[in-house]
Amino acid sequence: MTVANIILNILSIGIPFSVSLLLASLGEMFNQRAGVFNLGCEGIMSMGAFLGFMSAYYLQNTAMAPYANLIGILMAAAAGVLLGLLFAVVTVTFRAPQGIAGIGLQMLGTGTAGTLFRHFVGGVAGVPGLANRPIPLLSKIPYIGPVLFNMNILAYAAFLFVPASWYILYKTPWGLKVRAVGTAPRSADTMAIDVRRTRYQALAVGGLLAGVAGAYLSLGQAKMFADDIVAGRGFIAVALVYFGHWDPWWILGGSLLFSVAQSLQLSIQVLGISFPYEFAVMLPYVLVILVLSFSRSSSVRGPAELGVPYDREKRI
Amino acid sequence: MKTSARVIYIAIVSIVAALAAVGIGAIVLTLLGADVFQTYKVILTEPLKDLFGITEVLVRAVPLILVALGIAISFRSGILNIGAEGQIQMGILAAAAVAIALPNLPKVVLVPLCLLAGAAGGAAWASIAGYLRARLGVNEILSTVMLNYIAAQLYGYLLRGPMIDPAELQTGSGTPQSVRLPKSAWIDRIIPGTRLHWGIALAVVLAALIYILMWHTTWGFKMRAAGASAKATRYAGIKVETCLLSAMVLAGAFAGLAGAVEVMAVHRRAIEGISSGYGFSGIVVALFGGLHPAGILPAAVFFGILLVGTDMTQRIMAIPANMVSVLQGAVILSIISAKMVIGDPYAREKFERRLSRIAHRRAKNEPDSGVGQ
Repeated sequence: MTVANIILNILSIGIPFSVSLLLASLGEMFNQRAGVFNLGCEGIMSMGAFLGFMSAYYLQNTAMAPYANLIGILMAAAAGVLLGLLFAVVTVTFRAPQGIAGIGLQMLGTGTAGTLFRHFVGGVAGVPGLANRPIPLLSKIPYIGPVLFNMNILAYAAFLFVPASWYILYKTPWGLKVRAVGTAPRSADTMAIDVRRTRYQALAVGGLLAGVAGAYLSLGQAKMFADDIVAGRGFIAVALVYFGHWDPWWILGGSLLFSVAQSLQLSIQVLGISFPYEFAVMLPYVLVILVLSFSRSSSVRGPAELGVPYDREKRI
Repeated sequence: MKTSARVIYIAIVSIVAALAAVGIGAIVLTLLGADVFQTYKVILTEPLKDLFGITEVLVRAVPLILVALGIAISFRSGILNIGAEGQIQMGILAAAAVAIALPNLPKVVLVPLCLLAGAAGGAAWASIAGYLRARLGVNEILSTVMLNYIAAQLYGYLLRGPMIDPAELQTGSGTPQSVRLPKSAWIDRIIPGTRLHWGIALAVVLAALIYILMWHTTWGFKMRAAGASAKATRYAGIKVETCLLSAMVLAGAFAGLAGAVEVMAVHRRAIEGISSGYGFSGIVVALFGGLHPAGILPAAVFFGILLVGTDMTQRIMAIPANMVSVLQGAVILSIISAKMVIGDPYAREKFERRLSRIAHRRAKNEPDSGVGQ
């Protein structure tokens, strides 16, 4: 194996790995830009992964089979929106503390997904999942072709969503509103921007993306479901938003870095360098703590009102 | 009049919140095709039907009380410890290691020593997150959650590798578990034939101690001040960072202690799954108990019933025990919402106005109806 081959191998595993993190952190970015810190992302992803899997599992032998994955993704997105709105009711309307609410949503989401999975499926079962669709011509480019242009549809969509979310955030009126209610909600309110409604919308969008991110895990990556399929990716996604300075391009970089590090650890094991696999599994979590420790000292500041519920009646 | 309107308001909000939590659980149960009413009945009454059930509830309540006390300290001091799960595992490892290393010590020495080791293990693990928060401003929720995943791997590694029972290697079954703890490290059971153990006395005593510490000492006042308003506390010359760090260490110590008690009294060897979600259930218990020892004791018994009850529904009605996590999540969301609504002066005033308007209208309408028809 040449060095180039090893690197390409690492990248071809790592880049598809990054998709679920990317989608979830882009969603979380919209939440946090609007001033809401949604730690329930983990729970939403769990529900998304379950519903995506479930639809594909039940429809795989029916006439609907060609649309099974699509239906799964739509179900995951719908559940994500619903859970995002539930979070909005608790944190925006009732102004409950967001950290604890996030843990509550996480327990609710993972618990529901686990309960339904045990009841309806029970054991280990696979689904065909999303097939890789090599892009004609481009995938024939030596070296980078097979790495970049041989992925499933959802992965392409996720990467295209990076410039799209940049555009939405910085170039549309809605994006401006989102940034306004996260940075200066009172001024936004004075300018007749409905703070509550904008935060609700941002949480719905964030939930949708987290749900789809979950569906990618079960349909595009593992092609199965397990109780612990999300394994902290929801929390890592939240950390990546900090690391990515609340900016889509940085978040893309962060999720790529993370997944490449993870596939690096896999290839180390494949190469026969032996160390206990538990330490390899720990690596991404250790990396999150390190990243958080160092990124906080940077000069980039997040949305000013992040985590602060907006109370219209409050006197200042 | 004013106070009675207030009581009505609090009662209504609490009832609506409880219904919301029960309702979310009911939605999931309906999806399963289960009889909602019957399931709730089994969960809440079945564990209390015999001595075995009641003692099992109390066995579950012990770690819940210990973990929740620690979480109450940390939440009151303004740092959210979500890492109890990992801290419990560190406590188990430390207590088991000490017990296995020093089997010849007399019981009166070894038991307290193991308990202290467990507390120290949990505290050390928590101090990582506490330090990162106090010094580098790292969000403690994220760091403690990450530390949970790391602890789970470390726990698995030690039980599969360095700490594995040599007998497991000989027979080749390789179950990840340590050797049985020496008898001198066991916490005794109170009622023979059940698993109820003296750890419950320890938990109750510690609850009283925490009450005194947090509400009747200067130190406790400082901690609660740091949690209530960090800015004002700093202005008063109290080092908020020190408060945060010590709150985290204390919370970790309690979680570690819970782990030590579990391994010394219930399982008597370190196996996988001892912590079984107590770290997360402890958060719910602490919030449900109003972050106060006097509330935590009954709350722990209530969630003990819930834990045993969902185990029973799994056996009797084939409803997965993960259901408890659904209920706990729903309870968290509804408790924190209800707390905010109750504490919102505008919403309460609005309610009181509406109530008095209704009373007023009724008083006016009564003579009207007599004249009208």
